[in-house]
Amino acid sequence: MAVPTIVRERTPQIIVLAVILALNAIISPGFFSIEIQNDRLYGSLIDVLNRGAPVTLLAIGMTLVIATKGIDLSVGAVMAIVGAVAASLITSGYSLPATLAGALFVGLACGLWNGALVALLDIQPIIATLILMVAGRGIAQLITEGVILTFNDKPELIFVGSGSFLSLPMPVIIWIFVAILAILVVRRSALGLLIEAIGVNRRASTLSGVNSRVILLAVYAVSGLCAATAGVIAAADIKGADANNAGLWLEMDAILAVVIGGTSLLGGRFSLVGSLMGAMIIQSLNTGILLAGFPPEFNLIIKAAIILIILIVQSPASQAAMANFRASRQTVAIKTESREHAAR
Amino acid sequence: MANAQPLLSVRGVSKAFLGVSALENVDFTLKAGEVHALLGENGAGKSTLIKIITGAYRRDEGEVLLEGTPIFPRDVVDAQKLGIGTVYQEVNLLTNLTVAENLFLGREPKRFGLTDVREMNRRSRAILDTYGLNIDVTAPLANFSVAIQQVVAIARAVDISGKVLVLDEPTASLDAHEVEMLFAVVRQLRERGMGIIFISHFLDQVYDIADTITVLRNGRLIDTVPVAGLDRLKLVSMMLGRQLEADVKRTIDPNTAKAEPLVSLRGLGKRGNIDPLDLDIRQGEVVGIAGLLGSGRTETAQLVFGIERADSGTISVAGTPVNMSSPRKAISHGFAFCPEDRKTDGIVGDLSVRENIIFALQAQRGWMRPLSRSEQEALADRYIAALDIRTSDREKPIKFLSGGNQQKVLLARWLATNPRFLILDEPTRGIDVGAHAEIIRLIIDLCERGMALLVISSELGELVGYSSRIIVLRDRKMVSELTGDEISTEHIMKAIASHGATGEAA
Repeated sequence: MAVPTIVRERTPQIIVLAVILALNAIISPGFFSIEIQNDRLYGSLIDVLNRGAPVTLLAIGMTLVIATKGIDLSVGAVMAIVGAVAASLITSGYSLPATLAGALFVGLACGLWNGALVALLDIQPIIATLILMVAGRGIAQLITEGVILTFNDKPELIFVGSGSFLSLPMPVIIWIFVAILAILVVRRSALGLLIEAIGVNRRASTLSGVNSRVILLAVYAVSGLCAATAGVIAAADIKGADANNAGLWLEMDAILAVVIGGTSLLGGRFSLVGSLMGAMIIQSLNTGILLAGFPPEFNLIIKAAIILIILIVQSPASQAAMANFRASRQTVAIKTESREHAAR
Repeated sequence: MANAQPLLSVRGVSKAFLGVSALENVDFTLKAGEVHALLGENGAGKSTLIKIITGAYRRDEGEVLLEGTPIFPRDVVDAQKLGIGTVYQEVNLLTNLTVAENLFLGREPKRFGLTDVREMNRRSRAILDTYGLNIDVTAPLANFSVAIQQVVAIARAVDISGKVLVLDEPTASLDAHEVEMLFAVVRQLRERGMGIIFISHFLDQVYDIADTITVLRNGRLIDTVPVAGLDRLKLVSMMLGRQLEADVKRTIDPNTAKAEPLVSLRGLGKRGNIDPLDLDIRQGEVVGIAGLLGSGRTETAQLVFGIERADSGTISVAGTPVNMSSPRKAISHGFAFCPEDRKTDGIVGDLSVRENIIFALQAQRGWMRPLSRSEQEALADRYIAALDIRTSDREKPIKFLSGGNQQKVLLARWLATNPRFLILDEPTRGIDVGAHAEIIRLIIDLCERGMALLVISSELGELVGYSSRIIVLRDRKMVSELTGDEISTEHIMKAIASHGATGEAA
C-alpha cells in the first residue's frame, strides 16, 4: 500500500482527530460548513484553526524543548509578558514593526534566560522554567501597572489577531507560516538530528563534538519566540493585555499537544506535524465542548477525561495489551483450526 | 583450622542475567576471625557474589551456608537479620541526622512509644567507645569526615548483624591516615571473631589487612590462597588472567620513533584524577596504557580529549600548545575518542546505525551544513561494509545491535571524521571473539596508515601485540614506560605489582 510515511506514522492522531470532529458534527450539524463573507472564510472548522493558534505556536517550541529531554513551563507566562510589552509599546506610540520587534525580542530574551539556566547552569528544566512561570505574571503586571492595558484605537495591532489574509484569519496564516518554517529549518538542516541526539544521550552527544549547550540555548530561545508570537496574537485578539489571564494554563495544553502528537517526554525522536495535530485535537475538543453547551464548569473535566482516554489508548501498557490480544486471537484461531483438523 | 565449621560457606553458586552468565559454580569460604579479600577486575563477578550473599540477588544454583545452616535471604534487610551486614564505598547513611540516630535508625529504643533519645545517645556512646571513637553522638553525621562516617556505618552494621561484615571498597575515598584508622577498626572486629569480606582495588591495602585472598575472573573462581607468602606478580597474573607466556609482537618500524611527536603531554595532570605525566605520541605509533582498574587510565584519556580540564601541564599538537577545553576543541584538532562505557558515553541508542555513523562528522560540520541523505547512506554503507558491521538494516536503532557491532559503529563514527589521533578506551571489552580480532586488526591497520593511537586495555596480551610503546599507571601515577624489548606482559605486571605507596618505579 502506498501510504505516505507521514500518514502511516500519525495514524492514531488522524483517527482521534477524525473521531472528535465527527462528534462535533453530530453535536452541531453545521460544523463542517464553511462560507465566505467579506472575502473571508467563516465556519466552525476555521474557528478551530483560528482559536488553536496560540497552543499550536506554543506546541512548536515545546516539541523542540521536549525532544532535548527538557520542558518549558514558562510559555504561558511569557505570553502574558509579551502581550503586556506589545500593548505598552503600541499605546506609547511606537509603530507596528517596532512593537512586533520589541515583543519578539522580549520573548527571545525570556527563552535565552531559560536556556541559560538549563544549558549553562545545568538546572533541571522543570525547575528552571518554573521560575519564569511564577515570576512572569508578576513581570507582566509590573509592565501593565496592574491594569488591563487596552489598545482599541490601534487597528494595525488588532489586525494581527482578527484580520485576514488570503481569506484566512491572520492567526492561522501566522501559525502555518511558523510551522512550515520550523519544519523546514529542523528537517532540512542537521538541527533535528542533533536535537534528538541530545535528548537521547546528551553526554554521548557532547563527547562526539555536538555543541550541546548552544543547541539547548537555541531550543529554549525558539520556545520563547513561539510564546512571544502566541502572546501577540492573544493580546491582539482581545485588544488588550491581561497580565493575569493571557496564556493562563496554556503551557499545559502545549505539553499535552506534544504528548498526544506522539513525542515522548523522555526526549529523542520528535514530530512537529504530530504536535500540530495534537494542538488541533485539543482545540477541536474545546470547540466541541462549547458547541455542546455544557455548563462551563464541566469543560475542564470533560477535556481531562477525553485526554485521559487518548493517553490510555496510546500508553505502552495498552499498546502491549493490544498486541497480546491480537496474538492470542491468532493462537486461538490456530488452535480452533487444528482442533477442527483433528476432528476431521 | 579443622576446629570449626566455616562461618560462611558458598558452594557452587551460579547466576545468569538474561542468559549471560555472571557467576559460574563459585565456591567461597569465610572463617570466623578472618579478613578475606575478594579481588578481580571489572566484570569478574565480585559484586554479583556479594549481592547474592547479602540478599540483593537470588542465586540460580548452589547454596549459601551460614554457620552450617543453608540461608535464603530474601533481601538485604533479611540478610542483615541473619547476621550479614554491608558497608559500601559511598556511605549509605543519612548525613543530616545525628550519629546516634544513624546508628539506631529503624530500631530506636522506645519509651512510651516515643524514641528514648537519652537511652539512644547513651548506647551510641557505648558502641562507639568500643571502636575507640569518642565523638559527639548528638551532632549531625555530616560534621564528621568520611572515615568517621565509614566507622559509624560499620558500627551500625556490626551492631545489627554481627557475624559477617562485607566492606565494598571502603577505602576508595580515604587518605592514608584514615585508611589506617579504618583498618584498626577492622582488625579489632577480626579479634572479636567476625568474618570480614574486603573488596578493594588497592593491592597494598589487601596485603596490609587481609588473611586470605579469593580471586574471581570472568565469573569463575580462580583460586583462594593465604596472603602470607603470596607473590604479588602471581596475584596480578591471577587477576588479569595472563600467564607469562611468549608474547606475540608486531614488528615496529624504528623510524617512527624518531619522528616529531604529533601529540605531546608535558606535566599533564589533575588532582585526584591523575598525577602529572609526560608522554609523546607520534604518527604511525600505538601507545598502550596499562594498569589496574582505578589506576588513572580513563582519567588520562579524558584529560587529553578535553572531557575533564587539567589543572596542570600542557598538551601540544604538532608542536603548538593548545587549550583542550572541550571534546569539540579536541575534535577540531583531529582527535577522536571511543569511550569505555559505550552505553552512556558512546552510542545514541534510539538513533539508527546510519545516524550514529555520521554523527561526529555532522557535529563537526555544524547544523547549518547537513550531510544529504544520500551522502549519509553512502557513508553508512561504506563503513558497514568496511568494518563488517552486522545489522539487518542501516536504519535499525543502534541499541538493538550486539556490543561488538556497537563498538564498530562507534569506530566508524570516528573514522568518518578522518582523525589524526585516535584514543580507544577498552576497545575490546565485552565483545565477541570475532569482532575482537577484527578490531585489533583495524588498530594495526590504522597505525600502519600513519594514524597516531592511544589505546587503553586490560588485555595485556593484546596491548603487547600492537603497541609501539606502553606506559603503566598505578595508583593514579605513571610508574613505567616500556619501549622496544621491554614491551612484554611480564614487564607490565612487574610494574603494576611493584611495591610502594611511595611510588618508585619497578
